[in-house]
Amino acid sequence: MCTTCGCGQGETKIDGQAVHDPDHGHEHTHADGTTHSHAHAYVPAHSHAPGVPLPRRVRIEQDILAKNDAYARENRAFLIGRRVFALNLVSSPGSGKTTLLVKTIEALKGKAAVAVIEGDQQTSQDAERIRATGAPAVQINTGKGCHLDAHMVGHAINELNLPEHSLLMIENVGNLVCPAAFDLGEAHKVVVLSVTEGEDKPIKYPDMFRAASLMLLNKCDLLPHLDFDVDQAIAHARRVNPEIEVLRVSARSGEGMDAWLAWLEKGAAAK
Amino acid sequence: MHEMSLAEGILDLIEDAARREGFGRVRTVFLEIGRLSSVEPEAMAFCFDAVVRGSRADGARLEIIVVPGAGLCLDCGRETALEAVYDPCEHCGAAPVKVTGGTEMRVRELDVE
Repeated sequence: MCTTCGCGQGETKIDGQAVHDPDHGHEHTHADGTTHSHAHAYVPAHSHAPGVPLPRRVRIEQDILAKNDAYARENRAFLIGRRVFALNLVSSPGSGKTTLLVKTIEALKGKAAVAVIEGDQQTSQDAERIRATGAPAVQINTGKGCHLDAHMVGHAINELNLPEHSLLMIENVGNLVCPAAFDLGEAHKVVVLSVTEGEDKPIKYPDMFRAASLMLLNKCDLLPHLDFDVDQAIAHARRVNPEIEVLRVSARSGEGMDAWLAWLEKGAAAK
Repeated sequence: MHEMSLAEGILDLIEDAARREGFGRVRTVFLEIGRLSSVEPEAMAFCFDAVVRGSRADGARLEIIVVPGAGLCLDCGRETALEAVYDPCEHCGAAPVKVTGGTEMRVRELDVE
């Protein structure tokens, strides 16, 4: 791991390039260490065998995610400064996030500039699907990592020349557990739940549904063929997060896409 | 398994503190982990051992202090214990309850040489 800026275990790649090779310098200007701590060291009053150094206790009182959160704050300040509306899309693998993004970009053509950061353990297939729409996309491969963190996303933002008033969609690694804990600097987390999954996912994975501002119920065109109980799914989501907004969509049929685009427009205007 | 990243975060905090305080080896790491946080203490202990190998905290004991979940009922105004974020109030049964404690993931202190 890079000890200067905290890069991951050497497995993170952005568009196939290692984020850092250990020999090169650091050009980015992430200011970390924003946490302030005061040490109050003391020597416990008990004896030790000769030659064994006395232990002392050092008070730390710091959040484990302090470093990530410092990078996230920096990303957020940058994005707000550019008036970029950034969303962190989270879901299980296979919920249809990438298709939803492709359809969203197509619907916004000529109206809003969209850029995408794609997170997957391996391959750049998703970024290629996005680029085929004409939108710029950066692929982050997390290697063995199960989530994006704010540091990786900061690097990816540097790669994208984000215009003012644009939309940045960050498609997280398909995983309903780990991405919940990592703030990336986004305006909102949007959780995508497809109706081919169980309606009890919000209570099985409460952290994610609690962290999200919006739940998109995707693949709704399939509802006539399934036993999925929409009301139950929404009730479960609201039990975990009473404030969560819910939209029913189908990226495939286009159902509900107008409401989703209106949500984006409203959010972008409010930022 | 995000406990791996969190364990790296702990090691970062240790290294920062070592530079600041000028200590050598770390004997014990005291962690506060809330019951409602997204951390599984056993997974954390496993990852910590792996991540600190070869560092100044190699072989250090990890003391995990589990902080219970706590909430404030918005209906009856009383404090209530929470096992999960969506638990109803233990007094009046109302839900949801505002979470007030048990989400922390902090390094509290270190015993160092």
